[in-house]
Amino acid sequence: MPDSVAVVPFVVLAIATVGGALMVVLSRNVVHAAYWLLEVMIAVAGLFMLLSAGFLALVQLMVYAGAVSVLVLFTVMLTLRRREDAERPLDLSWAAGGVALAVLVTTGAAIVAYRPVAPRGAAVAPNVASFGRLLFTGWALPFEIASVVLLIALVGAVWWAGGDRP
Amino acid sequence: MTVGPVAFMVLAAVLFCIGLFGALSKKSAVAVLMCIELMTNAVNLNLIAVSRFVTPDSLAGQFTAAFIMVVAAAEIGLGLALVLALYHARRTVELDRLDRLKG
Repeated sequence: MPDSVAVVPFVVLAIATVGGALMVVLSRNVVHAAYWLLEVMIAVAGLFMLLSAGFLALVQLMVYAGAVSVLVLFTVMLTLRRREDAERPLDLSWAAGGVALAVLVTTGAAIVAYRPVAPRGAAVAPNVASFGRLLFTGWALPFEIASVVLLIALVGAVWWAGGDRP
Repeated sequence: MTVGPVAFMVLAAVLFCIGLFGALSKKSAVAVLMCIELMTNAVNLNLIAVSRFVTPDSLAGQFTAAFIMVVAAAEIGLGLALVLALYHARRTVELDRLDRLKG
């Protein structure tokens, strides 16, 4: 397995990801921001494919690009009383920019200090078959707990958002 | 030409900081939740990249990312349900106007 990936698809997907993320933050219209979020999710799924995480790319497309984007769009449209309410002021604050920049500088210093380590274990490309085998052997208990978490979240979301409360 | 793990780390850091900036500065509750999703995606990208380049056979990063996706899906579902409940109660999703506890 090569210890690096092709640069051209990486650069294309990185530009799509960062540009889309900037548009999420900088677009004045909340509906447009939701569509840019969808674009970022799809680009990140492409990056997962590039990292040979095919199953997670599929999950990313189904859960984020499919369910979460639709949910966000529904909520945006349910909480807007008029069409004009979608247009908002830009809401940029210097304090938030300072915090984000500080985090970026700290993370950048950590990345500069990073020394590549040799891959541990067999140098095989990850594939869906080994993912599934490990998921239902070593990771079976977290998998079951995750299903309970999703069930509780589902019940809680219905209970919170239900309109017919007294 | 190829790129290694460092390029993915830089990309994830930039994506995380854009999401952090938006989550801290946005005034609409839905926009804040969208920016939190950006941050979650950056974390998942970093985990999968490091797992792919350092421990490709145990897939630990991929499993962690999968469970983060589960928790993030629960989070966005509950968060948007809270936003809807908030809208029913107060007729607004502006975080600036939720100042009832302010002294």
